[in-house]
Amino acid sequence: MTLSTLATRHAQALLGALGRLARAPLATVLTLLVIGLALALPAALGLLVRNAESATGGFGRAVDMSVYLKSGVSLARAQELAVNARAVPGVAAVKVISAAEGLQQFRQYSGFGAALDALPSNPLPNVLRIVPRPRSSGITALEGLRRTFARWPEVGMVQLDAQWVLRFDAILALARRLVSVAAVLFGAGVLAVIGNTIRLEILNRRDEIEVSKLVGGSNAFVRRPFLYTGMLYGFGGALLAWAVLEGAVLGLRAPVAHLATLYGSGFALTGLAARELAALFGGSMALGWLGAWLSAHRHLRDIEPRA
Amino acid sequence: MIQFERVSKRYPNGREALTNVSFFVDRGELVFITGRSGAGKSTLLKLIALLERPTRGTVTVNGRSTGVLKTRHIPAFRRHIGVVFQDHKLLADRPVFDNVALPLVVAGAPLKEIDKRVRAALDQVGLLGKERLAPMELSVGEQQRVGIARAIVGKPPLIVADEPTGNLDPDLALEVMRLFKRFSEVGVTVLVATHDLHLVREFGSRELTLASGQLTGGAADPLPSLVASR
Repeated sequence: MTLSTLATRHAQALLGALGRLARAPLATVLTLLVIGLALALPAALGLLVRNAESATGGFGRAVDMSVYLKSGVSLARAQELAVNARAVPGVAAVKVISAAEGLQQFRQYSGFGAALDALPSNPLPNVLRIVPRPRSSGITALEGLRRTFARWPEVGMVQLDAQWVLRFDAILALARRLVSVAAVLFGAGVLAVIGNTIRLEILNRRDEIEVSKLVGGSNAFVRRPFLYTGMLYGFGGALLAWAVLEGAVLGLRAPVAHLATLYGSGFALTGLAARELAALFGGSMALGWLGAWLSAHRHLRDIEPRA
Repeated sequence: MIQFERVSKRYPNGREALTNVSFFVDRGELVFITGRSGAGKSTLLKLIALLERPTRGTVTVNGRSTGVLKTRHIPAFRRHIGVVFQDHKLLADRPVFDNVALPLVVAGAPLKEIDKRVRAALDQVGLLGKERLAPMELSVGEQQRVGIARAIVGKPPLIVADEPTGNLDPDLALEVMRLFKRFSEVGVTVLVATHDLHLVREFGSRELTLASGQLTGGAADPLPSLVASR
């Protein structure tokens, strides 16, 4: 069989599968609805987590690290250390806050101005304010940075208020796990729905399968249209899931934007990105193919020609 | 072409359909298999088309022993045999053309060749021009001939037909048998199971007679042909 013949066969199987789906529109639409909604749920969860991550994406900047130098370290030395700190991987920016600046800020914000005046000298050390790169704002990376600076001899203490970052990270990790669990569960559901639909179709087309085998149709030949049907179900289901998600995003965009402005954020809800769309369609079609293959493998064997 | 060596076939329900059957059919022969219904004619054809495997003995078709042929090789094996059924087994939801084209489609023939050969096959059975009709729009005789066209479209070296004239009036039956005769004249081996003895006598071809699963006539001596085949 030449390559172009093979391509023709595949095109025929695809068109045949499309035609059969189109001839039973109600059944097809119902099946697609089930698949589409089953896909939309985990995808919506995933979208929620991803949007939550990007809404709080400022955390990378928010998680500054304050490196308190020992009190004997001069401002000039602090400037040198700042240069070294900028060279540390994972560091986005370093700002030197001199003891004097620190005192002034403290006076301004704390309300203890009078008490400070009573001190004989400035008790505050020079401080390096480290801004980690967004990619290094994960809790382990931050902890690594903290240790790096803590080892410097001139450093008295590194302060990283990580507790809430830790908690938020944990919540997001949980949500991500939830997305995976939902994806597996609903994926299995889609597999079962498509497998069963294909099983019914195989039973419906028993005569045709029998005659095809009778005239020398191989299992691959007999199976091919069903695999295409499964893939088409996957494709249609993904299309539906995408529409559902886009509709939800469209409906939520305005209230979310309003909420964001109230928090002084320019955050905007986003739908599925190209890569996520590719994953949705690819995954769904693969599930359809697999469901059809399993069903065909199981049921086509039972149909042998009987004269 | 076909060689049965002490072949027995027992079905799972315990019925022994063939007992110790041996015969040889040479390339290009037209052989009738006769006997009452239930004598084992259909079983014999099924063993040749590999719809069944022998319980004992060996069936060799086209140089291949069907008893040991791997399941995955069965499709390729069947493509070398054209089978005609009494109930013709046409697909009601496909036009005549698609029905006849099926063996070529499964074999992966190019579209142009399919078109040419389907028309040639329909021409041979006198149905050219009816490609677009549904099988149900044809008479029983025409449907039977569509089944024959499907069996010959792949130009198989062997055609087996199970009661191909059972539903036809005598004139049509004769016509169909003449068709088979023509195929055998161009080198195709043809086995026809029939209970229509009149028809068989008219052709004067070799006749294998079955009774209760045993060959009672026409086997000749399998040994000389056996030698000739090797």
